Amino acid sequence: MRFVFKTSYDADIRMFKHQSQAFWYVLLLVVALALPFLIDDYLIGEATLVLIWAICGMGLMILVGQSGQVSLGHAAFMAVGAYSNVIYQTQLGIPFILSFPLSGLTAGVAGAIIAMPTTKLHGIYLAIATLAISVLAEDLIVILEPITGGVGGIFAPDIQLFGFQFSRYGHPNELYWLVLAVTLIVLYLYRNIIRSPIGRAFSAVRDSEVSAKAMGVNVARTKMIAFAISCFITGLGGALMGHFATVFTNETFNIIISIQLLLMIVVGGLGSIHGAFFGAVIIGLLPLVIAFARDGVAQMLGVGSITIPGLETAIFGGLLVIFILFEPLGIYGRWIKIRTYFSLFPFYRRDMFRRQKSYLKTERTR
Amino acid sequence: MSLLELKNVTVRFGGLVAVNDVSFNVEEGEVFALVGPNGAGKSTVFNLISRFYAPAGGDILFEGKSILGTAPHDIPGLGIARTFQNIELFEHSSVLQNLLVGRHTHCRSSFLSDMIFTPFVRDQERHHREAVEHVIEFLDLQPYRDKLIAGLPYGVRKVVEMGRALAIQPKLLLLDEPASGLSVEETQDVAFWIEDIKKVMGITVLMVEHDMHLVSSVSDRVLALADGKMLAIGSPKEVQSDPAVIEAYIGADDLVEQEEAAL
Ligand SMILES: Nc1ncnc2c1ncn2[C@@H]1O[C@H](COP(=O)(O)OP(=O)(O)OP(=O)(O)O)[C@@H](O)[C@H]1O
Ligand SMILES: [Mg+2]
Repeated sequence: MRFVFKTSYDADIRMFKHQSQAFWYVLLLVVALALPFLIDDYLIGEATLVLIWAICGMGLMILVGQSGQVSLGHAAFMAVGAYSNVIYQTQLGIPFILSFPLSGLTAGVAGAIIAMPTTKLHGIYLAIATLAISVLAEDLIVILEPITGGVGGIFAPDIQLFGFQFSRYGHPNELYWLVLAVTLIVLYLYRNIIRSPIGRAFSAVRDSEVSAKAMGVNVARTKMIAFAISCFITGLGGALMGHFATVFTNETFNIIISIQLLLMIVVGGLGSIHGAFFGAVIIGLLPLVIAFARDGVAQMLGVGSITIPGLETAIFGGLLVIFILFEPLGIYGRWIKIRTYFSLFPFYRRDMFRRQKSYLKTERTR
Repeated sequence: MSLLELKNVTVRFGGLVAVNDVSFNVEEGEVFALVGPNGAGKSTVFNLISRFYAPAGGDILFEGKSILGTAPHDIPGLGIARTFQNIELFEHSSVLQNLLVGRHTHCRSSFLSDMIFTPFVRDQERHHREAVEHVIEFLDLQPYRDKLIAGLPYGVRKVVEMGRALAIQPKLLLLDEPASGLSVEETQDVAFWIEDIKKVMGITVLMVEHDMHLVSSVSDRVLALADGKMLAIGSPKEVQSDPAVIEAYIGADDLVEQEEAAL
């Protein structure tokens, strides 16, 4: 168990709570940077994908985990990022260094515009509205064939930056490092958001809209900002996904992806950055694990190969149900409990994380 | 000029007249109490001042200007802070973060500079944390500083809510039943704090409270309401001995007894 003595206001503002925490994260970063020297190209591709999922996940986490709004349409904003990034490059001749942030901005503005009517909605209604956006986006891509390539798809050129090349097949390590750099930038922005007034406004809106208002928080505006920032980040992730996929169509960012993104942050742990990463690892590596297990089973039975359509989705859905029932705080919540168990050993009590008995609400009106 | 003026304010919910032609003034520097049986319309008056409800008639003036055109989220910016009868805290945040939300009206940074965490934002954060630290000290909240609200006992939550309102550094503080559900000792503390809020901080207090002992010990003036109508206004003694007030409470007699037994 560790006691942190706070002697200045900076102690709460700082990025890391204490030295050893900083140490572990730096170590993690060193490993992440050295990863291309440790694993082969195929696995580096998978690692890149995990990081892209983590970026998109952080985007959605800002909206769902921080500001308490739900979106079942975030793949649409990935698509906005992916398409605008490529269109800016190939049709307007804008270099990647500009087209990339611009694609995020485009997605952010799209998010803000869509937020105007939808932030008045709550819960299930917001979920349905955003789900509709995901459907609309797919159709829109088909309708706008002259610029989007329609169902035929669009080709993302290799990234050129400062004389270096980045691509999944030709230069996978470079692409990995580039995605890692973007991940770190997004991580930094995310951390800044939660330690500053806007992040507190988000949690205020999430936990009690009435009292957020009573504290002077403009609820509608705050929700819109949450949408804009969330879509900006998810758009960046989408742009990277476009380059990673090399060729993509309206199918690449379909509703299943929207739902997967949401499941990912729920399984990872809502409201924490760790949750976005844990979820990304699961979503990124699950297909690998399933393929591996399937081949193993096929070999054991002596049959050529087994294909079970929808297996991934089913397993993911199953995982979600298990988490919602047994660990609503996600993998991150479980991790905190395990950590507390070891740091307090042998004093951990089973009911340590149980909520205090809730008090009676007596007022009839609000 | 009074700090707060309600002029012939009426509120209807369907057929029910929750507040019926109520007028009163709250003067700067006083503690003004609203009393009355359950359903009298006390909380409704608070929700009117917070602009959560719109009156069917009448006007509400703060520092001489009507606030009926002001949006609810701009009310704290004018210098009006409030607590809620059934505690509305930000459950998944720490005590410190809850209090910091109270500083929201004083934050001048945009969300873009927040994201980049410019030196301006950093300075602003330091400044607000200092302001909040004074509130923590005043209300003895140090032991709970970094605790999540979700795990705090009821009494502490009540205090945190008061602290969050104080963090706004308002001119007028609205307290909706600050002592309900508190132990005798905790109610004592609340009485001392209200004294200090008035005398040391110079904040005017408008409070709703059922505990007549607390009301008479801290308030300068009392307004009694029943069924949305004004019954009596004056010093705590005058109001308590007013025949209309006594009559109104007889209807709710067992309730008062119950409450007194609980105290
Ligand atoms: N939003 C609303 N919709 C309908 N009726 C309401 C609403 N708010 C209040 N009322 C009604 O108005 C009346 C006054 O309610 P109010 O909450 O102001 O009472 P109160 O004096 O605060 O009582 P208590 O001591 O129980 O808190 C009650 O009859 C209540 O049912
Ligand atoms: Mg009330």
